[in-house]
Order: sequence, then structure tokens, then C-alpha cells
Amino acid sequence: MSDNLKIGNMEFTNRLFTGTGKFSSRSIIPDMLKASGSEMITVALRRVDFEAGSENILEFIPKNVIILPNTSGARTCDEAVRIARIAREAGLGDFIKIEIITDTKYLMPDNEETLKATKILSAEGFIVLPYIMPDLTYSYKLVDAGASAVMPLGSPIGSNRGIKLKEIIEMIIENIEIPVIVDAGIGRPSHAAEAMEMGADAVLVNTAISVAKDPVTMGRAFSMAVQAGRMAYLAKIGEETRTANASSPLTGFLR
Amino acid sequence: MEVIVNGKIEEIESETILKLILGKSLNPNTLVIEMNGKIIIKDNWENTKIKQNDKIEILNFVGGG
Repeated sequence: MSDNLKIGNMEFTNRLFTGTGKFSSRSIIPDMLKASGSEMITVALRRVDFEAGSENILEFIPKNVIILPNTSGARTCDEAVRIARIAREAGLGDFIKIEIITDTKYLMPDNEETLKATKILSAEGFIVLPYIMPDLTYSYKLVDAGASAVMPLGSPIGSNRGIKLKEIIEMIIENIEIPVIVDAGIGRPSHAAEAMEMGADAVLVNTAISVAKDPVTMGRAFSMAVQAGRMAYLAKIGEETRTANASSPLTGFLR
Repeated sequence: MEVIVNGKIEEIESETILKLILGKSLNPNTLVIEMNGKIIIKDNWENTKIKQNDKIEILNFVGGG
């Protein structure tokens, strides 16, 4: 039975999404994508640094992988909307990850501005994936605003601390009908498996892969963890109990 | 004439977008150009004239999560 993930007009067989940030060499990216099987990867838009010359991350992304431009650097709804429109006009398609941040210490997203941008961009036909502080009420509002998925953070971006906001994310997973993608803070494959066991529809992992000593092998490790976690979720994980439940018969002892 | 390129005032001689890019020794294939809030597609770089006080953004896609 197929277990594809549908977001907007696209179907994904692989539930690990990746990012292009912080690779020591960008030429590793195609091998990482191949090893992980990741079908969607994020990019950012910046002013050209005239000293360093222009770069083009796009040439390292194979044609069969969907590009998810983010609005990183945006501090307001208007800035995010502008970046999204530029990315689409530049030919990157309709997917957009809304990322609106003013807090530089923890890089916490601004849910209020994100909701505004989601309304505007979904009305313009974008497939909007908002990066949010986990919040059930905002998640309902984002659904109404036309979001195609929500991306609650597990812990601060690049912190590798795992899913610290687990209970709120579980509430979101249980209660909203659009895909939930756990984004940010996933530092190791076991964190990714945990998110998938909770019933997350996908995870987005950048730093933990790109800064690994061997990003290609780490990409594969994350992919396997995501698959394992998804399978466990579908197979229905047993309930936790306070006391033991013997797994060997409690009768017929040899004594 | 004076224009604003990537947020900084610049005195330039170039009269078209394409000349401005080439003057900065940038590879045109990697760029996205916005002028006064509007994207200028690559086909129009050669015939898009720059005027005094135009706001030009020379952008590119970079690694990010």
C-alpha cells in the first residue's frame, strides 16, 4: 500500500526534507540527496556579496528534487511576501517556506506575521509551508488561512536539541488535518524517528546533516530513521504502563 | 548618475542592467534582478535602461535551511 505524503499538488514518497545551508562544500549536496532520497530541499535568497562574487546553489540541486525557497531574513509579513514573489518569478515554483524572525538569540518565528503572510501568499496560489512556534490555536488559524502544511519547531534552529516542545506538537498532529512537518532542532536520527513515531508527516533536517563529518552517510541515516519512525507509527505503538506486563507466560514454572 | 544597488548608493556609468552586472564581473546566469520593486527577467536586462535614483537589487540563491 502506498504511503505517499501529499502537499499542495505534489506527492512525496520520502518524508525527509533537507536544507542546503552550512555544507562545507556545496558539491556534497547532490550525493547527500541521492543517499537520503530526500525529494525536497530548502534554499535562501540573499543580496550578492560583490567581494565574494555570486553563487548559485540551484546548480547543485538535481532536477527531480523540489526546491523549497525560504523567506529567511524576513522580519515582517511584507518582507516575506516580497521574497516569496521574487523566488516564484525567478522560476522556483510555487512552494514557499515562510520564515519570519526578529529574535536573533533563539531565532523564534513570529507567528502573527507568519499568519498574515500565509493568507496573502496562499491567496496568490503559493503552496505555503509556515515555520511556526508550536501553537494549536495558530495552527487552526493557519489552516483557515490556506497553509498547505505547518512546520512547528522542535527546538531552536541549529541547536541539535531535539523535540523539546513535544506535547504541543502532538496536540497539533492530533488535531489539524493538514500535514505537520517538524522543522528545526532535530539533531540526530533518533530525534527524527521520535517525530515520526509521534505521527508527524515529515521532518526537515538541515544542520544535523550538513555539519556532520560525513553528510552523505548522515543523510542516509536520517532517511532510515524517518522510515523506521513512520513504519512504527503506522504499525501502532503500544501504550505505556506504570508496571510490568510479563511477556513470558506466568504459569507452568519449573519449580 | 546615482543609483541604489543592494541598499548602497553607487555612482555608475552603466546605462543598462546587463552592463551593470558585467561591470561587477558577476556571472549573469546565477542572478535575480529586482528594479524598483519589480523583477526584471533576464531577456530584458540588455534593454532595461537605468535611471537616476533607481533602486536595484542584485540577488542570488544561497544555501539555507
